[in-house]
Formats: sequence, C-alpha cells, structure tokens
Amino acid sequence: MAELSAQGKEIEVLFWVGCAGSFDDRAKKITKAFAKILIESKVEFAILGQEETCTGDPAKRAGNEFLFQMQAATNIQVLNSYGVKRIVTTCPHCFNTLKNEYPELGGNYQVVHHTQFLNELLESGRLQIEGGAFNGQKITYHDACYLGRANGVYEAPRRLIEALDAELVEMKRCKQNGLCCGAGGAQMFKESESGDKEINIERSQEAINTKASTIASACPFCNTMLTDGVKSEEKEGEFKVMDIAELIANAKDL
Amino acid sequence: MHYLPNILFVISLALGIGFFVRNIKRLRSSIFQAKPLEVNDHKSERLKQMFRIAIGQSKMVKKPIAGLLHIVVYVGFIIINIEVLEIILDGILGTHRIFAPLGTLYNVLIASFEILAVGVILSVLIFWIRRNIIRINRFIKSEMTGWPKLDANLILYIELVLMSLFLIMNAADLSLQQMGADHYLQAGIFPIASLLLPLFDSFSVDQLILIERTAWWLHILGILAFLNYLYYSKHLHILLAFPNTYYGKLTPKGQLTNDSQVASEVAQMMDPNFDPYAAPAADAPIPEPFGASDVDELNWVQLMNAYSCTECGRCTASCPANLTGKKLSPRHIMMKVRDRAHEKSTLKRLGATDTKKLLGDYITPEELWACTSCNACVEACPISIDPLSIIIDMRRYLVMEQSAAPTELNSMMTNVETNGAPWPFNQLDRANWTNE
Repeated sequence: MAELSAQGKEIEVLFWVGCAGSFDDRAKKITKAFAKILIESKVEFAILGQEETCTGDPAKRAGNEFLFQMQAATNIQVLNSYGVKRIVTTCPHCFNTLKNEYPELGGNYQVVHHTQFLNELLESGRLQIEGGAFNGQKITYHDACYLGRANGVYEAPRRLIEALDAELVEMKRCKQNGLCCGAGGAQMFKESESGDKEINIERSQEAINTKASTIASACPFCNTMLTDGVKSEEKEGEFKVMDIAELIANAKDL
Repeated sequence: MHYLPNILFVISLALGIGFFVRNIKRLRSSIFQAKPLEVNDHKSERLKQMFRIAIGQSKMVKKPIAGLLHIVVYVGFIIINIEVLEIILDGILGTHRIFAPLGTLYNVLIASFEILAVGVILSVLIFWIRRNIIRINRFIKSEMTGWPKLDANLILYIELVLMSLFLIMNAADLSLQQMGADHYLQAGIFPIASLLLPLFDSFSVDQLILIERTAWWLHILGILAFLNYLYYSKHLHILLAFPNTYYGKLTPKGQLTNDSQVASEVAQMMDPNFDPYAAPAADAPIPEPFGASDVDELNWVQLMNAYSCTECGRCTASCPANLTGKKLSPRHIMMKVRDRAHEKSTLKRLGATDTKKLLGDYITPEELWACTSCNACVEACPISIDPLSIIIDMRRYLVMEQSAAPTELNSMMTNVETNGAPWPFNQLDRANWTNE
C-alpha cells in the first residue's frame, strides 16, 4: 500500500490479509489462492503488509475491550491515512470487526468478505469459474458464524460453489442454524472447557456424514478446526477441507 | 344482601389488580436497578420487529409443532380476554352476559371462545406430554429441576383448569337457558358446551345454578390469581415478550458494543496534550467498573431479557458448548441473572445485607469461558433475548477488572499487544507470504 500510495496510484480495493492469512501455514494458502484470483481478474489491489496488525477481534471477544480499542485506533489511523475506501478480507472475524465495530471508532469503509467480492467479479464477468476437478462432485459448505449468523451472508459462498458445477449438499445444521466450528470468541487460542466432546469433532462428523468429498469453508479458523476434526476421525484421505477461494483457484489451475 | 356478590366481586377484583400493580412495581424496580441505557432510535423499525417477532410469532414457528401449538394458546389467551371483560362487567354490575345484545356477533364470539378453549386444552395437553412423557431433551436439562420444572407444569395445569371451568360454566349456563331458568337469557352459540349437555341432564335448576356460579367464580378468581402468579414465574413472557422484542438488538448479530468508558481512556492515551497526572476534577464521577460482575452493572434491557425468558431452552439446545457437554447453558445464564436480580432487589427493599454477587455466586467463569460467541442462542430465541451480551460484559469484568483470563488467552493478548497478532510472529514477517 505504501509503495502504491507513494506512486500516487489509486487502488480498487485493499486486501486485508489478517493474522491467520499472514502467518498460519494453512491459511497462507488461502491468501495466495485469493491473491492469484485477484491478479487473474485484473483487480488493482494492495495490502498493508507490515502496517497491518490484528483487528483486535480475539481480544474483544475475550473481554479485553481496552486492547481491542487500542488495535482499532492503530489500524484506523493507518487506513485513514491512505484514504482506504473499500476493504476485502478472507477472514470473517476481520470482516465483522472492520465492518461493524470500527465505524463508531472513526473507521468508515465499505467492507466485503472475499466470497462476496468473488461473487461480484463473477457477476460482472471479470471472473470465469469452471468446475474443473469439481465438476459434478459433492461439496458441503460450512457456514462461518461471523459470516452467516453474525452478518447474514449465506448466499454468496453458495453461489460460488454452484458456479463450480459442483453439487452442493447441505448439512442439517446450516445457514441460520449452522453449528459453530468451535474457534470463535477466542476459543481458537485456548483449550476448551471440560465436556464430553470437542465442538470441531461434532461439526466434522456432521460434514463427513454428508458424504461430500470436499468440505468448503470461508474462514481460516473454521478451516483449521475442520481440518483437525477430519484428521482426528482419520478421514483426511477421503475428505478435503478447502476454502472457497482455493476451490476456485484450483479449478482454474492458478 | 342483594348486592353481596357484587361487593365480593369488586373486592376480589381490587385485591387482584392491587397485588398485580404492586408486583409490576417490584418488577420495574428490579429491572431498573440496572445501569441506564438510552434506547430512542429507529422507532418504526423497532415496532416492526415487535410486530413480526412477538405479535406475529415469526420465530416460534421455526419449530413448527411447538410453534403452531403455541399460536393456538396465544390466540386463545388474547381472544378469550374479551370474555374476561364481559365477566368483569357482569361481576361488577350484577348482570348476566352483558354483551348478549351484540346478537350474531355475540354468537360468533362465544362459539370462537369455546373452540379456542378446546384448542388450548389440547395444546396444553400435548405440551405436558412433550415435557413429562416424551421428555424432550431441552426440557430435562440439569437446570430444569426443582422449581423451574414445577413452574412449567403448574402453568399448564392452571391453563387446563381455567379452560375447563370456562367450558363447564358454559355447559351449565346452556342447560339453564334450555330449561328457561330465571336470569339465564337465551344468548350465545355453544358448539362445545352443547356436547357436554348430557353430563348435566340429571341436575335440578338449583344444582345447575350452583355449578354455573361456582365455575364462573373459580374461573375469574383463577384468572386473577394467575395474573399474580406471573411475577413469581417464568410465565412473565406473556407481558414482557412485547417490550423485549421492541428493545431487541437491531444491529448485525456479530456487532458487539464498543465500551464508551474504554473509548474515552483510549482517546486520552492518543491525545498528546492529555496530562495523566492531573488530579481529576472535584466533581468528577467515580469511574464505574469495566464490564459486569453483578446485575446492577448490566443494563436494564439485559435484565428485562432475563425476566422475559420463559425457559424454552431453544438457546441451550443450539449452543455448541452445551451440545458437547460443557457447563455453559445460555438459558441457565438468563435464569441466574433473573434470580440474582430478584434477590438483589428484594434484599434492597427489605434493607437486608447482601453478601452475594452474580459473578461467582451464580455464574462461574468456567461457563463464561466456554462460549464461542457464535450467536446460535441469540438466533434461536423466539423473543430476542441476547445471552451473548451478558457473557461478553462478564468476560470484560474478568479480564479488565480482575485480570482473570485463562493463561492461554493472556499469552494471546500479550502477542496481540507486542506483535500485532495473536501468535508470537514477527510483525515484519507479515508480508512474507507474497514471496513464498
């Protein structure tokens, strides 16, 4: 972003990569897949790079409002200094925080999730999606809480899966009734309280029971939780957990 | 002596309503022991939300069987209140079926009351079977023992008795009408009571009058008693569901509030001219604690939420933590907030010492930390209760007042503070993926 700004270039959208997308090895693949699609679709985008920091979502949900608002203040200062208008992110947690919780603190941007952005590209004809390897295959979609219930985005990811010419099979608990993967509310960063089952196992079993060959996700944390769940059920040979951006990049051989 | 029934009736009515007013005042003072919160925005949107969710029952029918049965009881409750109005007027004035001159309309009304009464009886029976014979999981969770279980069944029994009394009253009345008894004018069409007539064949006029009067009195006294039972019961939802949906959240479910006290502190930290060592102004208010450890640190909408909860358990049945055996139950959170609010306001009214708190004595940190903030409970609630906002407020207290977060979360927060990410990675490596 700094370079483009110094060159006086206008960008179409800022890609907010997020901490998982920047550092987590599995999530980095999602980041790269999405970036490749953006380049392929000739989208002028930028990233903040070293100037990006955590939105503060896990701190806020863990109860540390102070740390959240400090992070927000820092990020808003950077975003406003570049005059950022539109943000796309591959993380529903960043999406929710930037879109809903930053405006009151002085950060007003048009924020979209990558599944919404990809859908726009698809509808405007800038992106062609072919099924490729997924043609006719069964794919089930896991609703991320912070995309679905939290913000009512249910259709954009589903339309993308259908554009892959794949057969979308729904789990019983989907859309408004979707079951959490177990990562939200800062659970990702701690052991769960004692109980008789892990949430990600419960959800992974439900996904496995659809007999779909691929479990599509739209959140790096859901992706991790479900990948772990499928592994602990020893089904990683039969079931792949992939982000929708990866499915599209994969189908296009990017 | 002629006016004795009227006098007794007016006294009963005054006592019933008087106690009800007292209860409502107590309820108000319990709800408003909470922190103030201004909700004056989006009035038409709020009204629409109330019409859709509370009056239109849009969320109840997400579970079709319970939803449809509930609509029968709900419509029955509202429509049969017209009959209660007649009973009250009759009781005060010493008249009998004062609305009878409405003619055809009266016939239609009486007939629909009777059909609804049967509908209510059948629905209540099915509710009872679901609760006690089929034992649907959400009705038999650990928090549903003792008083909550008894309360739920008592409500069903009371409704059953009230509706039965209403039909007995009508059947005796119809018999008397057909016998041409004094005072019992020919009025109303009785599709259900007419079926019950054979049961009343063998009674004399005097006996029938005794049955009719007894049923009439027990019915109205029962209604007045039930009105006063509400305050001690989960059944308050029949009143509070309406304001509760009106004041319910309009913003996206994922949006949490930004604490304004924290916002002003952050603003001071960012202000180079702010003097952190300056003495606060003499009249500066004492800062409130961050988050909530007791009911007076929650806001009044949250306490109204708690009093509105009718313990249906749809929240708990959809909670991922509860589904996997953790201690957290969003319904239990609401019940505990209500019980604590009741306790705290009662002790205050009596001037007794209060040694307890919501956090610790009622709600444990273990429950609070099990929440994934997934909003399933908020989505499931048929009347816009938001357990998540209470959980987050209490986490704020744990973290910002007591520094009592689980160790792993403390490391996560330290990482965010020092590295700008929840993991211990170097900020300078953030864009490394572009070259990998």
